Amino acid sequence: MRLKKVIATTLLVALPFIAAGCGGGDKKAEENKQPAQVSGSITASGSTALQPLAEKAAQQFGQKNPNAKVIVQGGGSGTGLTQVAQGAVQIGNSDIFAEDKAGINAAELVDHKICVVGFATIANKKVTVDNLTHQQLIDIFTGKITNWKDVGGPDLKVVIVNRPASSGTRFTFQKYALKGAEEAAGLGLQSDASGTVLKTVSDTEGAISYLALSYVNDTVKTVKLDGVEATVDNITSGKYPIWSYEHMYTKGQPTGLTKAFLDYMGSDEVKPLIKQLGYIPNSEMKVSR
Amino acid sequence: MEKLLALRMGGRMRAHRFNWRNIRNELLGRSMVTACGLLIIVLTLFLVLFITSQGIALFRDNGVSLTEFLLSTSWHPDRIDNPQVGAAVFIVGSIVISLLALLISTPISVALAIFMTEISPGLGQRFLQPAIEIFVGIPSVVYGWMGLSVLVPFIKNYIGGMGFSVLAGGLVLALMIFPTIASIAADTLRSLPGHYKEASLGLGATRWQTIRLILLPSAVPGILTGVVLGLARAFGEALAVQMVIGNSVRIADALLKPTINLTSIMTMDMGNTVMGTMWNNALWSMALLLLLISFCFILLIRRLGAKGAMVK
Repeated sequence: MRLKKVIATTLLVALPFIAAGCGGGDKKAEENKQPAQVSGSITASGSTALQPLAEKAAQQFGQKNPNAKVIVQGGGSGTGLTQVAQGAVQIGNSDIFAEDKAGINAAELVDHKICVVGFATIANKKVTVDNLTHQQLIDIFTGKITNWKDVGGPDLKVVIVNRPASSGTRFTFQKYALKGAEEAAGLGLQSDASGTVLKTVSDTEGAISYLALSYVNDTVKTVKLDGVEATVDNITSGKYPIWSYEHMYTKGQPTGLTKAFLDYMGSDEVKPLIKQLGYIPNSEMKVSR
Repeated sequence: MEKLLALRMGGRMRAHRFNWRNIRNELLGRSMVTACGLLIIVLTLFLVLFITSQGIALFRDNGVSLTEFLLSTSWHPDRIDNPQVGAAVFIVGSIVISLLALLISTPISVALAIFMTEISPGLGQRFLQPAIEIFVGIPSVVYGWMGLSVLVPFIKNYIGGMGFSVLAGGLVLALMIFPTIASIAADTLRSLPGHYKEASLGLGATRWQTIRLILLPSAVPGILTGVVLGLARAFGEALAVQMVIGNSVRIADALLKPTINLTSIMTMDMGNTVMGTMWNNALWSMALLLLLISFCFILLIRRLGAKGAMVK
């Protein structure tokens, strides 16, 4: 008796999948009547910063091309670049240039720049400092300046909230804000999620960190760099240096569905989505890297 | 009642013997269960083999010595020339935070177990047991988020420091492992032979004397099993701890200083590093280290279990 129940339950659980499988088949048959479209299935994995945009774009793309399926996974830039180089996925999403990632043979990968993301230096609200020079920023993150009063602020200890050393955001900040200076080891806190960084900086007196523009809100203070504010206009005109591309890498030149999807990512249809999620479309950039 | 039961059993047995379909079903079920069991064994073996092969790559391919990995506090895997992958900071962090959690959690859990089983079994059965079970079911990210929103500001405002600290990590972990220790300790106390207690009370010992001198000492192996299981959980917990310890790569010299542990550095860097690089290999070596540590804990539990069986 019990065994029968088990089998019955198994069937019951499996039924929706079987049905879904059949349903999929039916749909395919219907769509076949329409004019030729791209079809098949590809996977993109990697950067979690690019993931929301890639997922939404893949959804839109799927609505336009019902026979094609673009699966988007996270995993981090390192995972994305590793997997695309291995051929495990068709697209590897990355926050930084493949050339900058140790252990990747960038020569065999083709870069597709999807959009631009800007970063702001942020500080706790109790910090009255509005502006920092490049040198002051470097001195703070390398541990030479440990009190806000040394840069014209209140008598408050500086608390650095950093990203993990492997993070693309930290790489970008280190390269363009700190001009490559190595941050002192063990200085300050570390967090790998933008939401946690925001909360930590807003709760911790004297905290300083950096965050993608789309995450910044008024619970923290944004600090100007050399008198330039972190705004979209200043980034597109090249006045503000802390920004990076979001990349989609392919192994060799893309073909078929991969090419169609990458073309779609660069098309005007995705532009509103890019802006809505707080990124900057490539076409608005007056400077390039 | 008994007759009915016997009749039913008899009926089932007859069915087993004479219905060939039932025999076939029996065989089918048995082979299914066996296959599942074998699958788990094979999966475990593969997992261990995979982690081991990845974990020793650091020593085999990158030429890092075992002593450097275990004892050096210099963690600079991102340097272009001469990267260093000493993991001592993380190992010490894991040990300190887990031990602190045990130190806080064990007395409370054991006291709770005594209260539930000896002092007030009614209240224990009706309220405390379900409450403990609820604690087990709360996902660790919720503990972490609570720690970040409540505990960290509390420590910062009333105790000192930045809030992100060894103390915060220890407290969050203590809360997470107390259900494990408490429920195993309670089970052990309940399973002690009744005549221990009766003999002690019969000799004129008070309830407290009985608990302190007879029940607790007899339950020590069981309680230790709970403690080791709690320690294993504390060692392997990643998310909740990572959210409250601050993740500064340095050994904390005070309870209120931030630090980092093995699981935190692994979750933060694993996805962002490239497979096969020294950095990634170092993280795999840490995974192997965690696996070995949990093996040690399991061995310890087995030995304690055997000891407990002998006492009975």
